[in-house]
Amino acid sequence: MQFMLLFSRQGKLRLQKWYVPLSDKERKKISRDLVQTILARKPKMCSFLEWRDLKIVYKRYASLYFCCAVEDQDNELITLEIIHRYVELLDKYFGSVCELDIIFNFEKAYFILDEFLLGGEAQETSKKNVLKAIEQADLLQEVSQTPKIFT
Amino acid sequence: MPAVSKGDGMRGLAVFISDIRNCKSKEAEIKRINKELANIRSKFKGDKALDGYSKKKYVCKLLFIFLLGHDIDFGHMEAVNLLSSNKYTEKQIGYLFISVLVNSNSELIRLINNAIKNDLSSRNPTFMCLALHCIANVGSREMAEAFASEIPRILVAGDTMDSVKQSAALCLLRLYKTSPDLVLMGEWTSRVVHLLNDQHMGVVTAAISLITCLSQKNPDEFKTCVSLAVSRLSRIVSSASTDLQDYTYYFVPAPWLSCKLLRLLQCYPPPEDGAVKGRLVECLETILNKAQEPPKSKKVQHSNAKNAILFEAISLIIHYDSEPNLLVRACNQLGQFLQHRETNLRYLALESMCTLASSEFSHEAVKTHIETVINALKTERDVSVRQRAADLLYAMCDRSNAKQIVAEMLSYLETADYSIREEMVLKVAILAEKYAVDYSWYVDTILNLIRIAGDYVSEEVWYRVIQIVINRDDVQGYAAKTVFEALQAPACHENMVKVGGYILGEFGNLIAGDPRSSPLVQFNLLHSKFHLCSVPTRALLLSAYIKFINLFPETKATIQEVLRCDSQIRNSDVELQQRAVEYLKLSSIASTDVLATVLEEMPPFPERESSILAKLKKKKGPGAVSVTELEDNKREGGELNGGGDRGPDTAAMAASNASTPSPSADLLGIRSAAPVGAPPASTGSLLVDVFSEAGPAAPSAAVNDDGFLSSAPPSEDPAPPLSEADELLNKFVCKNNGVLFENQLLQIGIKSEYRQNLGRMYLFYGNKTSVQFASFTTTVSCPGDLQSHILFLNVQTKPVEPLVEGGAQIQQVLNIECLTDFSDAPLLNIKFRYGGALQNLTLKLPVTINKFFQPTEMSSHDFFQRWKQLSQPQQEAQKIFKANHSMDTEVLKAKLLGLGTALLDNVDPNPENYVCAGVIQTKSQQVGCLLRLEPNAQAQMYRLTLRCSKDSVSRRLCELLAQQF
Repeated sequence: MQFMLLFSRQGKLRLQKWYVPLSDKERKKISRDLVQTILARKPKMCSFLEWRDLKIVYKRYASLYFCCAVEDQDNELITLEIIHRYVELLDKYFGSVCELDIIFNFEKAYFILDEFLLGGEAQETSKKNVLKAIEQADLLQEVSQTPKIFT
Repeated sequence: MPAVSKGDGMRGLAVFISDIRNCKSKEAEIKRINKELANIRSKFKGDKALDGYSKKKYVCKLLFIFLLGHDIDFGHMEAVNLLSSNKYTEKQIGYLFISVLVNSNSELIRLINNAIKNDLSSRNPTFMCLALHCIANVGSREMAEAFASEIPRILVAGDTMDSVKQSAALCLLRLYKTSPDLVLMGEWTSRVVHLLNDQHMGVVTAAISLITCLSQKNPDEFKTCVSLAVSRLSRIVSSASTDLQDYTYYFVPAPWLSCKLLRLLQCYPPPEDGAVKGRLVECLETILNKAQEPPKSKKVQHSNAKNAILFEAISLIIHYDSEPNLLVRACNQLGQFLQHRETNLRYLALESMCTLASSEFSHEAVKTHIETVINALKTERDVSVRQRAADLLYAMCDRSNAKQIVAEMLSYLETADYSIREEMVLKVAILAEKYAVDYSWYVDTILNLIRIAGDYVSEEVWYRVIQIVINRDDVQGYAAKTVFEALQAPACHENMVKVGGYILGEFGNLIAGDPRSSPLVQFNLLHSKFHLCSVPTRALLLSAYIKFINLFPETKATIQEVLRCDSQIRNSDVELQQRAVEYLKLSSIASTDVLATVLEEMPPFPERESSILAKLKKKKGPGAVSVTELEDNKREGGELNGGGDRGPDTAAMAASNASTPSPSADLLGIRSAAPVGAPPASTGSLLVDVFSEAGPAAPSAAVNDDGFLSSAPPSEDPAPPLSEADELLNKFVCKNNGVLFENQLLQIGIKSEYRQNLGRMYLFYGNKTSVQFASFTTTVSCPGDLQSHILFLNVQTKPVEPLVEGGAQIQQVLNIECLTDFSDAPLLNIKFRYGGALQNLTLKLPVTINKFFQPTEMSSHDFFQRWKQLSQPQQEAQKIFKANHSMDTEVLKAKLLGLGTALLDNVDPNPENYVCAGVIQTKSQQVGCLLRLEPNAQAQMYRLTLRCSKDSVSRRLCELLAQQF
């Protein structure tokens, strides 16, 4: 996988993960182009499209679009299920996840993604194992954290 | 604010995010952000040391601002500080910031690497994973340098936790992708391969991605993975849906792992071991069977996971292309998907069938679905699906169904989406030509094409129809008649006018007997379009007119009248004016004999690769056109273009030369056409240019060949390369040491060595005179893309001593790094003063792409398997040439070894032939190369064929090597 983008129906990027080295400028251009292309597509259309020399796999969940760019020889359907598994992970962690969870806890969304995919490849596909890793980390936080409340 | 309080809440961050969300306008948002940035900056700069929590919070805010799309130019240091915190939560945010925002700031990288190093050696698995994730996310060269040797150790160590192993495997994969030269598996290879047997499914899932990538690059070293992968796959495929517990996904056992295993197997030919192969075929059959079983769940995830495995299995079956039963079964199962209610499945089935169409075993089976596919082209609502349908029709087209498919594509073109019209036009043009038995059908098709989609008909397409009409005299009359009729439409496309002008100018006489298309009627028809056309078309029409004067003397007065009018003879466009003046003069002073000679019918064009096919290939990139297609085209092209009985020499050359059309159109080619016999000029006519073997002349390449001693150029600029620079370069293609250059003053010797993508070259400059050389300087300029500032080679030198005493020799060391494949050699410019006169000379340094070869030994089976895999037409380069040197076996062998490849014995069935294999190592990628040299001692000729995974490399190697034998 070359990158993954999450964006809202209004075209706002909610998460971006790049697995290939690209300059900031290129990233912005790619996101802009792709968001436009995908938002222009109708609901019943196919989830795959050719875009430049990549294959784009996307799916909409409520108000959020999940979009992955994979290489020519990669499997589209399994990529679609990568997206779904990630959604399941978010859902389980946040408890019926919504867009706001991802906005306010963006760092968690990144941590969960890193446990699931690394370098653009599936690292751990078991839902239990991924969540176990994240929960362990949360536990560590609670133990080591001295409560402080000021802004 | 949502009520998530998992882990630590950072209230300040949440408030800030809320504020941003409440901003009513972009301006308000920017204002709020600037306020926050100022606040954070002052906190970071403040005298009071920040505690870890605050630092974390501010770094997180910066990250949020960056992800909103704003630039962040500070905070990196604070993030790096967080890395060494012993609080997990702070460390984690630090790593996230670095992963998202780090650039190759050298100072920082050292600090980051230090922190990573500490965490890697901490033996705390959670910290180790964080560090590995960071390396995998950044993946920079600096990190590869620091950790590429450490991570394999972590990966295979017995006491490493499973989760760390998983991260280590994928971390290594990322580093291997960015810096393959730094990741050396060597001793670890076998232990890494055996991770396929690991108890933990997650470890296998992660490791297999690494193994697949390594296998693609070093298939031989990793080939033991094939049998391991087959047995692992077999265990998964035959397991019940509950056996694998949490690795079962919607009743499908381990779909991700299954797909990855099938993908790994596609790096290899079918297993040679009968038992392994049998087991694999069984697996594939089971997968095909399972896909037919009633679904265990109605959820789309269930069917997607199941079909993902099915499609991957079909890819493997197509890759093997050796099991007719499986191929036909695959085709039938895909056939069921063609009418599935899921758009996704229809799309994938069309795509996958495209590749099945190119296999001889399944081509016929694919053809049976023609009606469904045509229907898809007409009724699919999604353009990307229609595009797949059009591709499949193109792929399944052969002589038996060409007329139907071309007709369907033409009718689709009328309503086709703009985005795919040009490609459709090319495809129709190619199919019409390739399968034309009846040339009137071909002419009709192309004229229809121009009528329906004139704007999308590129030059290549209409050049081609003219080329074919010129070469086939049985279609000329029909073509003239049809184009004459087409021109009568009130609004016809300019491309139609061009074709019409050309064809009537050549063959109008064939229809002139009919009073409805008498010469004057023809002329008036053409001329009625003249004023609506662009300059190049008008130029072409003027040439058609002068041809008319020759064909039909009765039109002479009318045409002269037209040429003479102010709008022609004083046209503000120089080209048009010149043509009008010259044609008018020519028609008035030349005798009919002279006129007839000058304006004779165009001679047949030499047979060559279709320019349309070349264009489609360029448009679609490698893989768009299958080899069979190209070969078919060669075979059938001969038929079409009227007996091409040229030697293999010209055929090969023709195929390697791409045509370069010049902008202004002309159909006479007075100066360069055969009848007059004048030497071709660079301003020659369009069609002669387009179809001539040589392409545009390049007179500017002539090089200043001033004697080095007598008249050195006075300028301080580097001199152009010596005229013999290429020759000198060629001497060093197959050797690394020797004398590069010598004249009365100076001798330059070379010693060089190469390893992987690196090289070191020692240059020895010897002063042959007894007088000192002063201001001796050398500069090396590397080839690269000037426009994009991308270097292909990186050459580093140290300056040499400016004084070289008489009789002395000085040495210079060059360090060379090959960044990507390249064609041009670096230039070495040498300047010095000898007795007051500035000497300035430029040579090509003998650094050629083959220097970065690593030899690859392989068996005959492997060789031909890989040869077959590299079968896209662009991947091959071939030359047939006369022997320039001795054809002695030992000499040839020595040269081929000097080339840097492995010379493979007992591979080619013909013992006279030589085959070699190697991998070119560049920083950006590795390029696999196969070479075959077939000598013909009787004819004193060779045929040299190269197939490389990168087309530019094939071409360059072919050029280089053709000079060597």
